[in-house]
Amino acid sequence: MRRLFFILPLLCLAALVVLFWRGLDPARDPSSLPSVLIGKKIAAVNLPGLGARPGINTAEFAGDVTVLNFFASWCAPCRAEHPLIQELAAMPGVRVVGITFKDVPVDSEKYLAELGDPYAAIGVDETGRAGMEFGLTGVPETYVIDRDGIIRYRLAQPLDPGRLKDELTPLLLDLTQ
Amino acid sequence: MIIEIGHFALVLALVLALAQATLPLIGAQRGIRAWMALAKPAALGQFAFLLIAYGALIHAFVVADFSVLVVYQHAHSQTPLIYKIAAAWGQHEGSLLLWVLILSFFGALVAFFGDNLPPRLKARALAVQAMIGSAFILFALFTSNPFARLSPAPLEGQELNPLLQDPGLAFHPPMLYIGYVGFSMAFSFAVAALIEGKIDAAWARWVRPWTLLSWVCLTGGIALGARWAYYELGWGGWWFWDPVENASFMPWLMGTALLHSAIVVEKRDALKAWTLLLAILTFGFSLLGTFLVRSGVITSVHAFAQDPARGLFILGILALALGGSLTLFAWRAPTLKAGGLFAPVSREGALMLNNLLLATATATVLLGTLYPLALDILGGGSVSVGTPYYTATFVPLAMPLIALAGIGPLLGWKRGDLKGALHRLWLAGGFAIAAMGVALWIDFGKQALAAAGIGLGAWMLAATFTEWAERIRLFRIGLGASLRRAVHLPRAAYGMSLAHAGLAVAIIGITASSAWKSEEVRQMKPNDSLTIGSFSYVLQGVTPARGENYIAERAHFKVMKDGAFYTDLYPERRQYMVQPMPTTEAAIESHLIGDLYAVVGEGDGKGAWTVRIYEEPLVPWIWSGCLLMVLGGIVSLSDRRYRVGAPSRSHVAQALPAAGE
Repeated sequence: MRRLFFILPLLCLAALVVLFWRGLDPARDPSSLPSVLIGKKIAAVNLPGLGARPGINTAEFAGDVTVLNFFASWCAPCRAEHPLIQELAAMPGVRVVGITFKDVPVDSEKYLAELGDPYAAIGVDETGRAGMEFGLTGVPETYVIDRDGIIRYRLAQPLDPGRLKDELTPLLLDLTQ
Repeated sequence: MIIEIGHFALVLALVLALAQATLPLIGAQRGIRAWMALAKPAALGQFAFLLIAYGALIHAFVVADFSVLVVYQHAHSQTPLIYKIAAAWGQHEGSLLLWVLILSFFGALVAFFGDNLPPRLKARALAVQAMIGSAFILFALFTSNPFARLSPAPLEGQELNPLLQDPGLAFHPPMLYIGYVGFSMAFSFAVAALIEGKIDAAWARWVRPWTLLSWVCLTGGIALGARWAYYELGWGGWWFWDPVENASFMPWLMGTALLHSAIVVEKRDALKAWTLLLAILTFGFSLLGTFLVRSGVITSVHAFAQDPARGLFILGILALALGGSLTLFAWRAPTLKAGGLFAPVSREGALMLNNLLLATATATVLLGTLYPLALDILGGGSVSVGTPYYTATFVPLAMPLIALAGIGPLLGWKRGDLKGALHRLWLAGGFAIAAMGVALWIDFGKQALAAAGIGLGAWMLAATFTEWAERIRLFRIGLGASLRRAVHLPRAAYGMSLAHAGLAVAIIGITASSAWKSEEVRQMKPNDSLTIGSFSYVLQGVTPARGENYIAERAHFKVMKDGAFYTDLYPERRQYMVQPMPTTEAAIESHLIGDLYAVVGEGDGKGAWTVRIYEEPLVPWIWSGCLLMVLGGIVSLSDRRYRVGAPSRSHVAQALPAAGE
């Protein structure tokens, strides 16, 4: 019994090494997690709007090509990607909407007042319920939903100019055709 | 040519490290003196060659030799000299070379100053140190060669990330690495002790200074990093529980535990197996941090350019080093003779509780860091782990720890008198309650947790002072006699008091700055004014400015307090020329009870700028607290028992009568 106590650290290490081993799998790119949601219909989420803005009701997404961006004022990388979200919002035919994840509305307002508000609608997800529906790994996270309400793309990390140019823009051009 | 010399020196260092890793170990096993003695010249030689290699790399950066790949990627001829040098460790390859350099530096220190170590222990410890060294030099040579050439050589290089071009950050990585890597020495000593099957007070006395030195540097490194985040990122925050921040925080917590448990081994010959485990795990967390930062399993702002092959290599090193040492631990540690017994309420008991709390706190941080990864790999749903998680788990563990740190030093060894200790602390208790009252009054009791934090900080500060006053018998004997006692107190005692006081001050600062920070964001035109707290900020104007390798917009604020001029603030928004990336330079004016903090954002083109003003209460206390902790560590390090190796007990026994004369 006492012996077991001394072996315990070794067992913990073994578990960790296995975890990391699988984490290193080259097929698993931590930055763009393949989502089981891709190709599926978007989950039904209905959120109240931030301040006077319209809220998010995913049932109403149909008919538009939508970029859904989860963000929060406490999230530093969100600030970094913000100018790129603004660029996306400027693309013709693309509706950019946001969900504030586990954020105090007053803080979200300050964040937007400071950086600008590119979102056509913003839902408030204070409890993180909506995040769970999407299997959020953190913020920021960005989804592209086509006119039929099917999720076509998911980025589980801040947007960068490279991905915007090589992945998002072609996809959005294709979808808005 | 110089680059090739550096490359060659790195290879030679590897050869020496391989020799040092094997021959002394065999020598110690078989009792061959000459082979054991080989460890010393090998360790010194290894360090010398790595120094040459590192010198060659720095030279390449200073002369901006763009035929070297890493120089091309991270330097630009226009970069100021200090950042050219800093660029030498501002990327994966160079920082890895720094890693092995520091590793061998610690080995060389032990080789050089360790003449009074038992020869077997020294040979084995140096051999283990060289094993780690060989593994990492191999890693550098095969997957991350800093001396790789580029042909044809480009005329101009890219630049060091502008965010990293900052004097504080230039020294942050070396400090942090000395801390991280220094724990390898405690690890090597622990493995050597496990091979010997013997651990005693002398062992603890040998391990403690290396741990202390690493701890001092790690504390300084973490504080520098937090401070950098505070003024460079411009969000008014200084800690974000980012995976990489956690990666440096976990070894710090474990190292702190190790420092405390080593005292028990040294003074009372108890907690031996636990201390060995801590020594292994502390370095284990350093390796884990290295793995997390460089492998790409976790995304973070700090991560280096990533490559699965590198990740696999480090994972291999981690599995071998920890797997080997923990197997040795499972095999040998149960046979260690149990040492001194003690009652639950005693100094040993308090230190053990401290260890348990620190280890649990480390576990919660580890869990928070790895949970998203684990869940993702196991195919579960996903949860984000942020500040609320740490507030809910880490803070409740830290609170009893701080309360305990006030009482522990007043308890006696073996069997403590809790009532007596508490009786002596009534004044500290009163002070803590008063502080808590003030904190409650500030925001009308809205933040009970913050009040508790302030109270605990005040408690620890007052209790630390009480402990010192007790030691010198302040106001019990004449002031002169007290003063003589104060002069003769061992430096280790002062080190502890300073470090504990530093932690208390930092805790007060951390609590206040997280609870009562206020922030205003506004569009401002020149001559607009904004009031926050008792200060009002008047924007005078925004003018273009120019630095060596950037252009900037510099805002000028006049800050008024009660209608009178207080200070000028000049926040900047910089645009570096090579990497088109704007950075903010917050303007910060520190005073005793807080910081004025101003950031200027983008202009709207119509004469108005987005401006963020923060009131940051007690933030300077955090930095002063960290500085005190570092100072405490240094003072303790200068204690004479580390220099003479005299048993500390007789040293104390000698000091006390001398003081009572």
